Amino acid sequence: MEGRPWDTKMKLSKEQVNHIAKLARLGLTDGENKKFQKELSAILDFIEKLDKAKTEKVEPIAQTTGLENIGRQDESRAKSKQETEKLLKLAPETKDGYVKVKTVL
Amino acid sequence: MSLNQLTITQAHNGLKKKEFSSVELTEAVLSQIKERDRQIHAYLTLTEELALSQAKRVDKKIANREEIGSLAGVPVAIKDLILVEGVRCTAGSKILAEYIAPYDATAVKKLRQAGAIIIGKTNLDEFGMGSSTENSAYGITRNPHDLERVPGGSSGGSAAALAADECIYALGTDTGGSIRQPASFCGVFGLKPTYGRISRYGLIAFASSLDQIGPMTKTAEDAWLVLKVIAGQDKMDSTSSNPPGRATKNKFQIKDLKIGLPKEYFVKGLDPEVEKTVKKAVSQYEKMGAQVIEINLPFSEYALPAYYIIQPAEASANLARYDGIKYGLSEPASQLLDVYLKTRQRGFGDEVRRRIMLGAYTLSAGYYEAYYLKAQKVRALIKEDFAKAFEKADVLMGPVSPVPAFRLGEKIDDPVSMYLSDIYTAAINLAGLPAVSLPCGRINNLPVGLQIIGRHFEEEKIIQTAQAYENISA
Repeated sequence: MEGRPWDTKMKLSKEQVNHIAKLARLGLTDGENKKFQKELSAILDFIEKLDKAKTEKVEPIAQTTGLENIGRQDESRAKSKQETEKLLKLAPETKDGYVKVKTVL
Repeated sequence: MSLNQLTITQAHNGLKKKEFSSVELTEAVLSQIKERDRQIHAYLTLTEELALSQAKRVDKKIANREEIGSLAGVPVAIKDLILVEGVRCTAGSKILAEYIAPYDATAVKKLRQAGAIIIGKTNLDEFGMGSSTENSAYGITRNPHDLERVPGGSSGGSAAALAADECIYALGTDTGGSIRQPASFCGVFGLKPTYGRISRYGLIAFASSLDQIGPMTKTAEDAWLVLKVIAGQDKMDSTSSNPPGRATKNKFQIKDLKIGLPKEYFVKGLDPEVEKTVKKAVSQYEKMGAQVIEINLPFSEYALPAYYIIQPAEASANLARYDGIKYGLSEPASQLLDVYLKTRQRGFGDEVRRRIMLGAYTLSAGYYEAYYLKAQKVRALIKEDFAKAFEKADVLMGPVSPVPAFRLGEKIDDPVSMYLSDIYTAAINLAGLPAVSLPCGRINNLPVGLQIIGRHFEEEKIIQTAQAYENISA
């Protein structure tokens, strides 16, 4: 699907979409890139309405019910063999009771 | 009336009086599922064996004349975003197609302790991302009131199962309207509790500062019964909390109630028939003696844009865990990076990838302040809006959705028009408030929901308010 100029102003370039996909560790075909370029641009158009909200003296919040930091002891809890087995069974690859990861470097 | 049509209260009374057994009740629900669900497709997994063994245990207790709680022996459907130990949990995603839950969510654990009968797992938009249940990797769910229309979403499976009498009640989850909107589309009762009232432990994370589990039921009273069982602080979720101070049984009378109508909720974009239906319900409260006043929520227009920054940002961080290594789908590749790229490309659907990318973008270097920080400031303003409104009114009322259930396929290719489904619901999640969707009429055959919003931890008040309406319309 070609982006048509009268459709949506393209806010994101092909390179930008590739960059975001890489940050998010998402594989993308060229066709998908085009589709997301168009859709993400339309969404950005929509959320940029926020620009108009006056927020100069406002403190940002991330919670709403008055919670304060909640701490606990930094202790591990031994898991039973059954618990460990259940978790290991979910891993795609294991070796000697460990989850196997590909070489990083 | 067949057994599967009962409410929790009716089922409980019947079980206690030995009019029927829990096994009979469970079998009635299962046979309705077998008959009806081929059309509706509300369920992704049935847990028939588990259900029947739980039912037998409750029947034994009843036979032994033991006391049973209000939920004992009563079948419940669980949204497939909430873990039930030993049962597959897909989140509606291919990436979790084979995932067997290794533990119970706290809400599920509490239901089990209360003797609930877990009947199956219901369909949803992938990871809760959507307003129509069309974003499920396992096929669409149809609205029982009109099979050509969506049940709403993301808890569309739970709402449809309930409306089709394929369960007695259900659990849903609500991040920006995902309990209330499908409840309104399917004509059932839905409660999105105060943020933190129910533990999120064992709820697959979508947007952690907004996500909340809640009951979907046939009546307001039933929702209260479920909430009482599953609510409460949990050490496994440090954002969970109990109501501050002593939970007072806030008895009140409708004639003393002050209802606020947010002016901003009755503007262009609201279907005139929905407006008429909602206002008619509000006038019923006036007839019961409540005082109705107009109030303002001036930052309403910014709620949805702020929500569509905060929610995808949190989602992109939460969904980073699906890496093809610890659990879930894993696409083979020689390099680690390619395992990530391929697994996430094939495992996630379009909407999930859109939101992950949107979140990655708004959090990325150079954009964080303009988008995420700005949205958090707007969130503070929205919370303040509600706080001021609640100085004047005890509860707020308005529509749940600007339109009744829309047609299958109608919005699926236009993300922004789908996002507008959340216009009256997302602000409530940003502010962490409790709200219900109460069935309040129909347009042709399509149900309409009235939204009742309360102060933090005042679920009881909004439920009692809803009950007053049910009583006069029964």
